[in-house]
Amino acid sequence: MSDVEEGPADTVEEVTGTGIPIRGNDIDTDQIIPARFMKVVTFDGLGEYAFFDQRFDDEDNQKNHPFNEERFQGANVLVVNSNFGCGSSREHAPQALMRWGIDAIVGESFAEIFAGNCLALGIPTLTADHESINALQQWVDDHPDEELHVDVVRETVEYGSNELNATVDKAQHKALVEGVWDTTALMEANAAATRDVAESLPYIESESLPRVESDD
Amino acid sequence: MSEGTLYDKVWDEHTVTTLPTGQTQLFVGLHLIHEVTSPQAFGMLRERDIDVAYPELTHATVDHIVPTDDRSRPFKNDAAERMMEELEENVRDAGIEFDDPTTGNQGIVHVIGPEQGITTPGKTIVCGDSHTATHGAFGAVAFGIGTSQIRDVLATQCIAMEKQKVRRIEVEGELGPGVEAKDIILEIIRRLGTDGGVGYVYEYGGEAIENLGMEGRMSICNMSIEGGARAGYVNPDETTYEWLAETDEYADDPEKFERHKEYWESIRTDETAEYDDVVTIDASDLEPVVTWGTTPGQGIGITDPIPDPEEMESGDADVARRAQEHMRVEPGETMAGYDIDVAFLGSCTNARLPDLRAAAKVVEGREVDDDVRAFVVPGSQRVKAAAEAEGLDEIFTEAGFDWRDAGCSMCLGMNDDQLQGDEACASSSNRNFIGRQGSKDGRTVLMNPRMVAAAAVTGEVTDVREMAGVTLA
Repeated sequence: MSDVEEGPADTVEEVTGTGIPIRGNDIDTDQIIPARFMKVVTFDGLGEYAFFDQRFDDEDNQKNHPFNEERFQGANVLVVNSNFGCGSSREHAPQALMRWGIDAIVGESFAEIFAGNCLALGIPTLTADHESINALQQWVDDHPDEELHVDVVRETVEYGSNELNATVDKAQHKALVEGVWDTTALMEANAAATRDVAESLPYIESESLPRVESDD
Repeated sequence: MSEGTLYDKVWDEHTVTTLPTGQTQLFVGLHLIHEVTSPQAFGMLRERDIDVAYPELTHATVDHIVPTDDRSRPFKNDAAERMMEELEENVRDAGIEFDDPTTGNQGIVHVIGPEQGITTPGKTIVCGDSHTATHGAFGAVAFGIGTSQIRDVLATQCIAMEKQKVRRIEVEGELGPGVEAKDIILEIIRRLGTDGGVGYVYEYGGEAIENLGMEGRMSICNMSIEGGARAGYVNPDETTYEWLAETDEYADDPEKFERHKEYWESIRTDETAEYDDVVTIDASDLEPVVTWGTTPGQGIGITDPIPDPEEMESGDADVARRAQEHMRVEPGETMAGYDIDVAFLGSCTNARLPDLRAAAKVVEGREVDDDVRAFVVPGSQRVKAAAEAEGLDEIFTEAGFDWRDAGCSMCLGMNDDQLQGDEACASSSNRNFIGRQGSKDGRTVLMNPRMVAAAAVTGEVTDVREMAGVTLA
């Protein structure tokens, strides 16, 4: 069976659910998931390690952290500040958040590799200005049981009686809304053109290329 | 939009097509893999019953979890052993070349590519590791990718991405004694911010960059991501070609060297190139830079006062306040005199031969402070062997350093080399994030290798330029 013929992946046009705020700029991937939890060969079970060192002390007692708070359990929209996800390229970071329950992230800005990793998992990353995000974080804090509506198509976040204008990166918008974020399948379809580029590159010796089956 | 830069040219050479998402399908000339971010990607391929498309263009090593002391198999740590076995199985099944520790070629992925000559100008290089920009020192367009993208590359030898803007960072002037490449990049990140490079590729140039050897250029490109830039590069020049001519790939094949050099020359940035942004920095003003906080952007000159959060914008001020609380430093103080418990000389930023040579000159004839545990983790087995051939290992061990095997080690604390409790570490690595070196209460002070050596012997952050009898040239 060929993935290419399976048709587009699921679209992610909107996410609805309760929110959870994580405040602070420059929250890095070592905070999102400490490296010692990455000695694994699958992503299974990473959810429990999300923000682990912020959530637990040396004796594994819970510390003050939104991910520990009863009122935020079940939340699926994470609201963050600027440069969220900076640092390592580890996909373990969005994997841990996703497996904890996060389906969408709204923030001031995201580190590039992190946002790309989120897209690969179908997690939209919407951006808005500092004031709007602060207001949204405050609202989520005050209304942990109320749902907000992240509209990827219209690039808005509706909460209470408010509507926040957010931005979804152009390629991300297209990928999620049209359901074409399975890049493996998209690019496999262009195998012949890929081969042409490989053969055109002066630094690639022909013996480094796989034999073409039709030559047999 | 930029035009005529190395990045523009390499992008065009490697473009396969435009995808329905609007992204470019970009061909990958070299895919480097290691044990931490690749196993899940191989798992995804198995789920879809897809083979590795271009196994000859992928190259594997083991660096993150590998022990640096006892490397006998099975590794003492079961999880590490399992990751190693998984990698061995994956590369065997796919027919991928693997520099395991028995080959003598093992090392940190960003050290071994350049030393073997597989990192070359004008090549697109990706790896599931954010410090992949290191390879940009050779004029490669190199960047870190996530595991789903590793799957893409294994399956198609391509990645889907949008073209970025190009910022030229012109570093003028001459470095003073004791000031190194590391100090230049820490200064760049301090000035432009940890997210200043988001959306950009950095082109480093100017007199101070051109005067650097390849190792210094690698230290600079390595930390591009700490300033938010996914990739950073230096245009290839004679320094680059001299390095390449001596590598495995080209030493015995001058004809191939000349053929490839034609391409390398062709992708250099044009004199008439246009950039999206240009930033100029004067390197002659720089002194050794050390970090006082918990992001690589929180750096200061060794004689400068730690900044006051009250004088910063609100977001930065919050980050700074938390950082100063964690590090237990006060605004107005300098970092000189800050007590150190551990000295770590290693990482993909600063564990190459000239780094070890420079540090050894500081250490020679001195002893590691009684309250400091100090160790050297060479970047690769080849670096280790070359250092031993010059007797550097003896200088370090006589002074009281541990002399270890190659790996990422305490840069990120995935093996047994970790900070304990609230230990403070003088580190030649690239990240001072809270928890980065294995302990959530650990404190990291980033600095250049000579400064690490100085801190090891004095037990505190020390201006190496002030140490008597140290040769800094």
